[in-house]
Formats: sequence, C-alpha cells, structure tokens
Amino acid sequence: MLKVSNLHAGIEGNEILRGINLEVKPGEVHAIMGPNGSGKSTLSAVIAGREDYEVTEGHIDFNHEDIADLAPEERAHKGIFLSFQYPIEIPGVTVTNFLKTSINEMRKAQGLEPMKANEMLKKMREKMELLEMDKGFLSRSLNEGFSGGEKKRNEIFQMAMLEPKLAILDETDSGLDIDALRIVANGVNKLKSPENATIVITHYQRLLEHIVPDFVHVLYKGRIVKSGRKELALELESKGYDWIKEELAV
Amino acid sequence: MNNVDQLKDKLESSFIVFENELNGQSKSPVHKIRQEAFKVFEEKGFPTKKDEEWRYTNLRPILKHDYRIFTENENPIDFKDVKKYFLTDVDTYKLVFIDGVFSSWLSETTHSKFDICTFSSMLDKYEDVSEKYFNKALPQDESFVAINTAFAKEGAFIRIKKNETVDKPVQVLFFTSKLEHDAFFQPRNLIVVEENAEVTIVERHQSLSDHNVLTNSATEIFAEKSSRLNYYKVQNDGPNASLIDNTTVQQFGKSVVNIGTFAFGNKFVRNNLNIMIQEEHTESYMDGITILGEGQVVDHHTLADHKFANCYSSELYKGIYDGNSKGIFNGKVMVHPDAQKTNAFQQNNNILLTDKASVDTKPQLEIFADDVKCSHGCTIGQLNEDAMFYMQARGIPAKEAKALLLYAFANDGLRNVKIKELRKKLNKLIATKLKVDLDFEL
Repeated sequence: MLKVSNLHAGIEGNEILRGINLEVKPGEVHAIMGPNGSGKSTLSAVIAGREDYEVTEGHIDFNHEDIADLAPEERAHKGIFLSFQYPIEIPGVTVTNFLKTSINEMRKAQGLEPMKANEMLKKMREKMELLEMDKGFLSRSLNEGFSGGEKKRNEIFQMAMLEPKLAILDETDSGLDIDALRIVANGVNKLKSPENATIVITHYQRLLEHIVPDFVHVLYKGRIVKSGRKELALELESKGYDWIKEELAV
Repeated sequence: MNNVDQLKDKLESSFIVFENELNGQSKSPVHKIRQEAFKVFEEKGFPTKKDEEWRYTNLRPILKHDYRIFTENENPIDFKDVKKYFLTDVDTYKLVFIDGVFSSWLSETTHSKFDICTFSSMLDKYEDVSEKYFNKALPQDESFVAINTAFAKEGAFIRIKKNETVDKPVQVLFFTSKLEHDAFFQPRNLIVVEENAEVTIVERHQSLSDHNVLTNSATEIFAEKSSRLNYYKVQNDGPNASLIDNTTVQQFGKSVVNIGTFAFGNKFVRNNLNIMIQEEHTESYMDGITILGEGQVVDHHTLADHKFANCYSSELYKGIYDGNSKGIFNGKVMVHPDAQKTNAFQQNNNILLTDKASVDTKPQLEIFADDVKCSHGCTIGQLNEDAMFYMQARGIPAKEAKALLLYAFANDGLRNVKIKELRKKLNKLIATKLKVDLDFEL
C-alpha cells in the first residue's frame, strides 16, 4: 500500500529525513518510535504532503503511484489520513460543517454526489457513540477550546467518518489521560480491517499496549535504525533510547 | 483651476439654481438650515489629507470627475433588471429612488400606524417633524454633511410611532439608471423610532450606469427611549460607483441600536458612522464585514460617544483585502467624565491576501471617566498556514479551504443580522467575493 524508499526531506535547506525506507501492507499496523527530534512528525507531514517540506531524494508510492507531487488534498482523496499531533483550532467553523465539507469534497473527487444530510447525521451519531462523544460537540467550533483529549478524540472521529485506507496517527497519545487513551485506542482498533493500514507514531510504549503493532521501527536522526516485532517496543521502554544510541555508536 | 475646485464651483452655482427653483419655500426654516449648511461648505471646501479625519484617504480621484448635480429620473428601470437587489422572499415595505427621484411603482409605502414614505413628503406634510429633527443629529462641521444638507430634498422618511413594531423590514434602495454622464447624488434620510417602537431597515445603493457616480448620503436616526433599531447597509455597488455615507444615531435611554455595514463593492466608500449616546442604559452594536479586491478602497470611521453612564457599546469589524485594495478603520470611543460604568468593546481584525493590499487601522479611545470597562484590539495578519494544511489534509482543496477559513474569519460580523434572507444574500456575496461555490449557510 505505502512504499517509502530512500526518502530524504527537509525544511529550508536543513535535511531532517536522511533515507527512510518503509513498506506498509494492507491490514498492517506499524509503529514508528524514536526520541524527540528524530524526524517522526516530519515523516508524517511529508507523507501527508505538507508543502513546507522539500523532498530532495527518494520516492513515496501509494498503491503503486508516486504521490510526491500531489497536493495534500489529493493525497487525502486517495485515502491518506493524518491525525495531527496538534489539531488546529478553527473558530467559526463547526465540527459538523467541517466534516460535511470534508466528506463532500472527498466524494466530489471520486465523482460522487454529496452525501445526504440524514445519512451523514446517522453516520456521525454512530461514530460518536464509538468514541463516547457528546452530541453537543458537533455544533462547537472546530477544536476551539477543546481539551487535549477532546482534540484527539475529534481526530479519530474524523478518521472514522472518512474511512481512510492509510491512517497516520501522529502522537495521538500525547495529552491523553488513561481513560481517553483507552477510548481513542478502542476507536482505532474497531476501524481496523484487512483492507486498511495504520501507522502509529509515538514516543512512548503505552499506546502500543492498546493498539498492538505488527511492526515497530525506531527512527533516529532521520533514519530507521532498527525494525522489529512488537517486542521491540517493550525493549525500548525498559532500556530507553540511549540503548539505541549506544548501539549505533559502536 | 483644478478639477476639485471646479466641482466646488459647480456646487456653488447649482445651489443658486436650486434656491431659485424653490419659489415660495425659499423662506422656510428648512431652507434656512440649507443656506447655513452651504455656508459651512463654502468656507471649508472639500477635505484634504491635511484634515485629521481624512489623512488616510485621497479624495482627488473621486472628486475630479465632471459630475452633473441635478439629474432627473432619466431612464426607467424595470423591476426584473433590479430584482436581485431586493429581498423578495420576505414581505417588506419599500422605498425606491431612481436618480434621486422617488419611484412610486417600485415602492410600497404606508401612513397607517407608522410613516414609511419620502423625505420630501415629510417636508411638505410634517413641519413639526422637520423642525424637531432635520439636521439635528449629524455633525455640522463636516463638508460632506454640509453639502448634503444644503441640497437635502429627497430620501427616506421613516417614523415609527410609540409602542409600534413594524411587522416587516423596510428596504431603502437608491438606483442610478443607465445615465450617459457622471452624476453626484445627495440622498437624505430621516429615521425616527419613537419610544418602545421597533423597526428593521436595509439600505442599498446600486448604479446601473457605466459612468462615474458619487453618492453623498446622509442619514439621521433618532432612537428614542426603549426603542429597538436594526439597520443594515449593503454596499456592493459597481466599479464606477463611490459612496460617502454619513450616518449619525442619537440614542436615548434603554434603546438598542444595531448597525451592520457590509462593504464588498464600489470603487470607493467612506462610512462616517456616529452613535451619540444621550441617556443611560443604552446598547449599541456596530458590526462590519469588508471584503475588497483589486482597485477598491473602503474607509470606515466610527464613533461611539458615551456621554452618559451605564451604557454598553460593542463594535466588531472584520476585513479581508485582496489585490491592491486598501482598507481604513478608525474607531473612536469617547467616554466623557460622567459616563461611569461604561462598557465599551471594540475589535478590528484584518487579513491581507497579497503584498499589495494594505489596511490602516486606528483604535482611538479617549476615556475621561475612571470606573469603566473599555477594551479594544486590532490585528492585521495573513491566512494561517497550519489551518490551511489541516483542512487540505482532510481533503478540502486549497481554494475552498482558503474560502472556508476566510468565511469563518468574517462570519461573526453577521452576528446581528436578523433577517434570514439577508443573511443568505450576504453569505452568497461573501462566497462570490471569495470566488468559491460553497454552501456557506453554516
């Protein structure tokens, strides 16, 4: 589904990603871990198409198509979803209207008619229940005044509504208390299918207790320096990232 | 002689012609006021950038044209040609003027429980009204007000009697027909909302002419005790039309006044909006949305004049500037020594979409009372790039994302628009102005 090969990318001439290789197949959950500043968020932004970053070398293929030159919205239309580490507050646009616009633009790109209002409402109710969200939430301005937990829940709610092929969860666990973490993780797990894939980007192991990865990759200084099964995450948790740094120094 | 002096000269000779045509009326008290006003203009002339109140605006390009001062209703207008400028889903009273002349067949007036008719008929019929109200609200030392007063003859007269609520909105429309020459108009409106009465008014100026049109409009509003007034100005005229709007509200105890100014079009607009608070416990709202493109200038000058205690004023102006457009916001809040417990709020937020667009924003708070709550904030910024990426990442194309963000930014300027159809029309205007086809009925 996603094939990243020898990806180099940076911002304003500073190289942050220095040759990433990553392959994600349908049905898989990949975790990308790494210390602060290792390039985790850059990787997710580059896959999602943030234009501030410049890809200097390598490829990003999505379903056998090079997407490096596509605008963020075109990547979204192909089924890539990025859950933001820091969801943006947009005063004046309600959650409902944002979702309505988002869904209908996605449908437009696929040559479909706008979704019927009652159909949309039904789907919203269903997904909100999944994430244990309150109805009143729909008429609030997008992310404005939301708590950290509400923002993340809202991200996963949007993901549930948009049903992406590839979901990238960028530090979805940050700012969540244990209950919210459970609800969010539960939501993600329920949305999993053999056709879609998930990349979980996280600093800590604790999210991976709830969303169990098939593969764990360690990102350090812009490269994936170690890959393994879910046990790698536990090892990282007990030994810390210094262990990796030392191993690399040898 | 330069073009601006020529226009002054022309106004002087036109005033003599105007007086000669008045015949018997030239001795009336109203005409005395006109003569005095004209003297003010003769002495002061047109304002220049040296005047503090006009320092950001160059009037020369507006005043240089060869305007005709007297224009009769030269070309008929069919309703179908101007239908789009009317609210048509709701029943309304209508006062329609074409080339400065009242158009009875496009209008719907009443004299039953309230007067919704013309300024000229008020002058004819209600001497007591003109004596009590004419030229009593507006500032006397403003050149454009003086010109308007000197030539005051026609416009809207709306008087809502005590305890009456007007059952439907009032539309006041000034059309310029397809004139073959440049023209200068002086519409004069008088609005009196008596004690505990209520009315909602929508005002528009639309030119159908390809020639230069300058409208120098003056509106006096008296909101008496416990009255409620909503007044919406829709400014979306053509690229050859300019508007100087002078509106002053005299606001009395416990009244609630809400003025919305929505500026999307015209070559040049200057709004002088003054709210003069004359008694305690009033509420005043001034809201504005300005969205401009290439070649447009809009200059908002507002005043909330707090002379009495325990009053609330709230001002919210949003501006979006594209191309080489230019915006000015000068918001004055005056709190006099006796106006204790004043609560005055002012906010002006602007987004510049290009390097060539500009805005001068100047909050001007003069506070002479000590127990007051006054706040103001002005911002000038660009579109939030993070928000753009966020929306695009959710599949919303850049153009629509931009429009949605701008719409959301401007939207709270519509907070006090109480006519649903007008909201819809304004939403549509915003969408058109932002060049997108989005359903903005959010």
